[in-house]
Amino acid sequence: MTTGTTGLPRTYLFTWAALVGLLAATLALAYVPMPGPLNLVLALGISVAKALLVLALFMKLFRAPALTRAAAAAGLFWLAVLFALSATDYLTRKVEPVGDLSAPTGREYQQGGR
Amino acid sequence: MSDTAPIPRPEPQYATAGQQAEAATFGMWVFLATEVLFFGGLLLAYTWLRASHPDGVAEAGRHTKVVIGSVNTMVLLTSSLTMAWSVHAAEQGRQKALTRLLAATALLGLLFLGLKGYEYHGEWTEHLVPGLNFHQDGPHARTIELFYFLYFLLTGLHGIHVTIGIVLIALLTVRARRGAFSARCYTPVEVTGLYWHFVDIVWIFLYPLIYLVGRSGP
Repeated sequence: MTTGTTGLPRTYLFTWAALVGLLAATLALAYVPMPGPLNLVLALGISVAKALLVLALFMKLFRAPALTRAAAAAGLFWLAVLFALSATDYLTRKVEPVGDLSAPTGREYQQGGR
Repeated sequence: MSDTAPIPRPEPQYATAGQQAEAATFGMWVFLATEVLFFGGLLLAYTWLRASHPDGVAEAGRHTKVVIGSVNTMVLLTSSLTMAWSVHAAEQGRQKALTRLLAATALLGLLFLGLKGYEYHGEWTEHLVPGLNFHQDGPHARTIELFYFLYFLLTGLHGIHVTIGIVLIALLTVRARRGAFSARCYTPVEVTGLYWHFVDIVWIFLYPLIYLVGRSGP
């Protein structure tokens, strides 16, 4: 599979190889017990790396006009707003109005979910 | 390459064909920005569930079919390669390669859906479908139910996007076969490619959140 005969740009082949390598890495790392949220942090970090590869090279954002890159950044910006403003609610609540999911017996209502 | 290759004529509101192509690409990116928020709401719900019930989500994650999920990730990543490759072939006016690569991309999409359907079947037989067929025991049963509720919403919504992508790419394949695209006129291929890569990116994030959660646990 050379570039000459198939017309496959070498950049794309390397991008794909990197994506597959990162997939193997994230799968393997998921089975390694790590302290705290380190498994999740690593898994999401690898996902971000894979997404950046696809965005920059397959979607050509690396060489896109500024307006296009602004549109792409806007999506992430509003996503950050969605998560950040929601976190000001959920992370600061003392009582979950839905009750304790691990004891779905109706007891949580009597124990005062106010 | 082809004698029938059309010469791009811009619509009246554009000064040049180049400006028109740029506007089409920009429009797709704006649409994709709204899609980020479409999936974002569900991912926020997932975040809340996982933050408030980490043990239950970990147990639910161990019920997912990691082999099918990983193979499907590989399938989608490869389909992104064939899609990017087909845009490149279109740029160079290589009609035959374009047709074949688009067809390969659509077939990989179908393979993804087939494996996903097989996975859904497995979840049905294991009584993991909230609302229709859900029976689990243990202290985390309700959290597992919520996890699978989100699982079907997220993968279902993603699956609809894959289906739309397959239809669009299949239509492009037919048009490419008829010689509708040339090195100067291939914007539909490029714009559909952006959509397909986006659907791939969504899966890149769904994969660890669904299939890899709780794997390091008991």
